[in-house]
Amino acid sequence: MAVSAEIPVVVRVQRADFDAAAETAALTARNRQIGAIVTFTGLCRDEGGSLAALELEHYPGMAEAEIRRICEAAVERFSLQGIAAIHRFGRMEPGENIVLVIAAAPHRHAAFDGASFVMDYLKTSAPFWKKEHRADGSESGWVDAKDADDRAREKWQR
Amino acid sequence: MTRLVYFAWVRERIGREEEELELPGHVKTAADLLKHLKTLGEEYEVALEHENVIRVAIDQEHVEHGESIEGAREIALFPPMTGG
Repeated sequence: MAVSAEIPVVVRVQRADFDAAAETAALTARNRQIGAIVTFTGLCRDEGGSLAALELEHYPGMAEAEIRRICEAAVERFSLQGIAAIHRFGRMEPGENIVLVIAAAPHRHAAFDGASFVMDYLKTSAPFWKKEHRADGSESGWVDAKDADDRAREKWQR
Repeated sequence: MTRLVYFAWVRERIGREEEELELPGHVKTAADLLKHLKTLGEEYEVALEHENVIRVAIDQEHVEHGESIEGAREIALFPPMTGG
């Protein structure tokens, strides 16, 4: 079912960094039904000093389409008043932002669940792949998918 | 002609990002496509060795390996996703 045109669904895949506060303000401006906003930001870790950078590859077109499908499902399921998901690609160093999810709802549980749902699906269904560049210059490698991420998604299917 | 696109280590192992292929008539499903590609050369054999971990998208939507590829404009092959 299509999401109501009045509920903002903001999806962007971009190389540039994002500003969580500005995105939150833009998403929620003039909507007085919103009583709760949950903002999640995923960052690049340094893995105890061993990681120099991550390289994020994506499937242009499908990445946006898949994130939009996930966000629209979240609006429908949790009756959100707004959702935004911004995912970066390219090279990121420790401390840099990778992904932003903002879920707005009348009450907190829907906002927490909405943001969590979007992240759990995004990690296993949105076509992005991380390659690690090691700090010691040794050969870089692709990050393996984690079973824990599959389990996190499956909990929403029960 | 069908356009194939590859990502992450599938792309690296096959050695190209995309290609256009004429697929034989017996290639009807995504699973058939994986088997067919593996006959095209060692690089495909290496990339697609563990068929069950390879994810397939037809026209930018995820599909199971049993899905028909009939009428597909673009088929993508890639490893399990690790974004977020």
